[in-house]
Amino acid sequence: MLKFAKYLKSFQKEVFLGPVFKLIEAIFELIVPLVMARMIDVGIANGDRFYVIKMGCVMILLGLVGLGCALICQYFAAKASQGFGTVVRSEMFAHINSLSHGEIDQIGTPSLITRITNDVNQLQLAVAMLIRLVVRAPFLVIGATVMAVIIDWKLALIFFLAAPLVAVVLYFIMSRSVPYYRIIQRKLDRISLITRENLSGVRVIRAFSRQEQEKSRFSAASDDQMETSIRVGKISALLNPLTSTIINLAIAAVVWFGGVRVNAGGMTQGEVIAFVNYLNQILLAMIVVANLVVIFTKASASAARVNEVMELAPSIVNRTLKEVEPPKQDVSKISFEDVSFVYPDAGDYAIHDLSLEVGRGQTLGIIGGTGCGKSTMINLIPRFYEVSKGCVKVDGTDVRDFPVRQLRKKISMVPQKAVLFSGTLRKNMQWRDEDASDEEIWKALEVAQAAEFVRKLPDGLDTMILQGGKNLSGGQKQRLTIARALVGSPEILILDDSASALDFATDAALRQSIAALSKESGNNMTVILVSQRANTVRYSDKIIVLDDGRAVGIGTHEQLLAGCEQYREIYWSQNEENEKGGQE
Amino acid sequence: MDMEKRTDLFKRILTFAKPYWLYLAGAVVSALLSVSMVLYAPILIGQGIDQIVAPGKVAFDQLLPILGELIAVALLGALFQWLMTLCTNMVTYKTVRDLRVCVFNKLEEIPLSKIDSRSHGDIISRIINDIDSISDGLLQGFSQLFTGIITIVITLGYMLAINFKVGLVVVVITPLSLFVASFIAKHSFSMFRRQSAIKGQLSGCIEELVGNQKVVKAFCYEERAQKEFDRINHELYDAGVKAQFYSSLTNPCTRFVNSVVYAAVALVGALSCIGGGFTVGALSSFLTYANQYTKPFNEISGVVTELQTALASAKRVFAVMDEPAETPDDPDAAHPSRAEGRVEIDHVSFSYHKEHPLIQDFNLKVQPGQRIALVGPTGCGKTTMINLLMRFYDTDEGEIRVDGVPSQKIARDALRSLYGMVLQDTWMFKGSVRDNIAYGKPDATDEEVVAAAKAAFAHSFIMRLPQGYDTILSEDGGNISQGQKQLLCIARAMLTKPSILILDEATSSIDTRTEVKIQKAFAEMMKGHTSFVVAHRLSTIREADCILVMRDGKVIEQGTHTELLEKNGFYHELYYSQFVRTE
Repeated sequence: MLKFAKYLKSFQKEVFLGPVFKLIEAIFELIVPLVMARMIDVGIANGDRFYVIKMGCVMILLGLVGLGCALICQYFAAKASQGFGTVVRSEMFAHINSLSHGEIDQIGTPSLITRITNDVNQLQLAVAMLIRLVVRAPFLVIGATVMAVIIDWKLALIFFLAAPLVAVVLYFIMSRSVPYYRIIQRKLDRISLITRENLSGVRVIRAFSRQEQEKSRFSAASDDQMETSIRVGKISALLNPLTSTIINLAIAAVVWFGGVRVNAGGMTQGEVIAFVNYLNQILLAMIVVANLVVIFTKASASAARVNEVMELAPSIVNRTLKEVEPPKQDVSKISFEDVSFVYPDAGDYAIHDLSLEVGRGQTLGIIGGTGCGKSTMINLIPRFYEVSKGCVKVDGTDVRDFPVRQLRKKISMVPQKAVLFSGTLRKNMQWRDEDASDEEIWKALEVAQAAEFVRKLPDGLDTMILQGGKNLSGGQKQRLTIARALVGSPEILILDDSASALDFATDAALRQSIAALSKESGNNMTVILVSQRANTVRYSDKIIVLDDGRAVGIGTHEQLLAGCEQYREIYWSQNEENEKGGQE
Repeated sequence: MDMEKRTDLFKRILTFAKPYWLYLAGAVVSALLSVSMVLYAPILIGQGIDQIVAPGKVAFDQLLPILGELIAVALLGALFQWLMTLCTNMVTYKTVRDLRVCVFNKLEEIPLSKIDSRSHGDIISRIINDIDSISDGLLQGFSQLFTGIITIVITLGYMLAINFKVGLVVVVITPLSLFVASFIAKHSFSMFRRQSAIKGQLSGCIEELVGNQKVVKAFCYEERAQKEFDRINHELYDAGVKAQFYSSLTNPCTRFVNSVVYAAVALVGALSCIGGGFTVGALSSFLTYANQYTKPFNEISGVVTELQTALASAKRVFAVMDEPAETPDDPDAAHPSRAEGRVEIDHVSFSYHKEHPLIQDFNLKVQPGQRIALVGPTGCGKTTMINLLMRFYDTDEGEIRVDGVPSQKIARDALRSLYGMVLQDTWMFKGSVRDNIAYGKPDATDEEVVAAAKAAFAHSFIMRLPQGYDTILSEDGGNISQGQKQLLCIARAMLTKPSILILDEATSSIDTRTEVKIQKAFAEMMKGHTSFVVAHRLSTIREADCILVMRDGKVIEQGTHTELLEKNGFYHELYYSQFVRTE
């Protein structure tokens, strides 16, 4: 948790002054019983009405000053804790931006999202409490004790017995119950998981007639949660009775020994009352401490989760910041040299000894079954993952020797899942190039076969896209993500099975216009097509057939049809009937 | 919500607490006892102090029994406080458990139409959050309210009894704190609304930019993403400081009101002492009361809002409980364990909404061993037919017979177990790969599971998972691809060896090469058994014995692949649109 102190740096004034004002308030609070004692001992004893009224006014005045201090403290607390949350969120967001795919996979995006929202909120709350209460509660305990010592040190010995006893009880109960709160939350998450599973899987569950088993699974999870709650409840139920018993016993002792002291003339009646008041204050402060412990335990769990993210070092870092010069002689645009890749924690190689060259302006088709390593292979080109063995080169230079930004600027990728962002359609199109003109955007839309439907939208390029592109169909989204990748003329265009939501005719038209675009740019755009459809890759200059992470065939459509068993199987499973019935 | 409905809701919650009435009664009695003890203590302390007036004037013989009584009262008070908490805990947790189980069991019984038409997030939130708020607000809150009211009543009684004048001062001033609290709450509300609106924006931004971090990286969008994020983040800061500050005013302000009460009691009390008729000890107990009396007021204003949310939650929870269950099975319904696979669909009509008729007068006779394919554009009613076959929904008119028995006359569970079903929406639960495959047949041996996985061509990818068959799939199989999930669902269906097979776009995310192999495996397994296949990919259904071409809920063409192509109709059009030649 101490690691987070640095984020409070710009709020030093607030963090320092907040507790100071809180202390002043607490001091005034401590003076009140003294004033009361004076009122009794001087005012009532002497029958001095004026004195009593004067002391009454002093009390209200003390309350007012206390109110003022408290308000100032609250203001500082609000400023510092919200500011702290803002800084941590911003830093965390920046850090997540610097991570590589591997680290993001490791934590998982849903978890990253809860950490940057809920966990940071939890920490923010802890900072507010830190300023508002952390100083106050112990101070009240210590202050009350000190005041008692000042009044009468012998009687104050009772305090030295009672306060630590209360502290021990608090420690005993908190240390036994707090860890359970996390367990209870986990058990509640499980109940919610079972419910979610039963809703999403309702057809499967009823098809297999498993309702009774599901009921007992749910009921077992509920029982489990209940039993833990009851167990913790039993422990924390002791807190209030035990502490108030200790304090009440202490009060009885104060009254008795106070009586002895008063009898001997060492103390006054009012001072005994002040003692009783101080004891009550200690009790209240201790209860605040108990609540603080709960908040800080939660915060420390959150802190650990936030720290875990902050301490992740990006595995992919710039080896050099020096831009790589464009190659002088003609080298392959992309080459894989004996590349192997294994995902962390996975047993088997996802890519195995792959070697391949793609020339500038060429089109490469990648085909293969589900999970054969197609997407993994293309993720190695922009260095989203680091190869385990061998190397991947772009323009003849190892991708690891490029500054990451320069490398990725060359490449434009259309991911499998069509993702658009909230904002105008134009803004979405300007992702690669912030300054892209409308003309460039329309051209890209034209090539991506999206111009027609965009033209029909009432607001054209100014159409607002909702979060996740909810107001567009799957096919429309996919065409827009393709257009987005085309803006700013990339050197390498990668389409990762990006036409699956398009019908066959649109898919074909798309490929033709991309080929035309590539020619137009002076054969400067190298295209990689990943697909499960043989017809999508068949006109590529080179096709690689992957099977379980290995290249089982590299060549043109005709070569593979003649020489690659797997390719033949894929091709005929998709085209057999058509060839026979339609064409010949 | 009017008063009557509120009491009805409250009574209904109490019926759930009824089995635990002993605990409930215990809680009420202990609360009464403990509060009276806690409040009696200051009186004893006051009496004690009155015995120690001045040097040489301390009545120790009077003091001793008073202190003895104080200790006894303190111990008893603590004991009853402890008992009260234990009892309320028992009632609360047990009632909450019962409520949850009751709602969940209802979920397993209500017709699918109710589940399909509702947001799942909403139902989950009812089971988790709403029931929690019933627990917090109604059960815990109720005990707080109860002890709070008892405290106020008893304190007020004590105070007025000890000294009417001073007691009156307290009565007059305390409502001030309620007034201050509600004033602040009203004014901080708009700031909270603004804060939560910006919070929503920020989490939307986080969800997009962190959730799609890989796209952000691919486009080197990091710096611009940061700029966008920081802009909203700073807006949140401004709104957050205001909201937090204004809402945190409540505590110091009510504390100030309390100190005014305290000062007023001290002042009036002390003056009364001087005038006589009021002892210093009584003043001391009064001061303690002044502190104790205002506290429940602050708490109660919080509890009342909590109670209101709890009642609103209770309403939402009971709404689920009150959904009618599926019509019960006919008492003399058949329980067949196998079927030949003769399926007759006889003049069936069905619609999800009365005003939009969907399936109209659908007729079909399927002989055992036939393979029936359903094709047609999206929304033509293919999946609806499957809902009717499985009796997820009941037909509006007509009937479906299996081996000559109307499906209404077959117990639902038995009917459904005749079918093996693989849907496009794959479903995995959090558990091992093995348990997921064996879902339909929990007693399957490892060999059977592996054999089914091999038949579904899932074995090789399973072996590549870190722990093979023992790999735990995350919720809804987030750690494997869509295609792999479909393979597991297929293995699950293959393991049960059903009499009739239904495949609804079951291979849509699987590559065509594997698909062909799976088709073969299914054909082998279903030899002599009936199967229904729904597919977009026409290559998938070419081999069917009978293809039904559906459009707008009706069968418009029927026949084998070649027959239909020769017809040159709608099927021909559909088929060729998929195989457009390129270049």
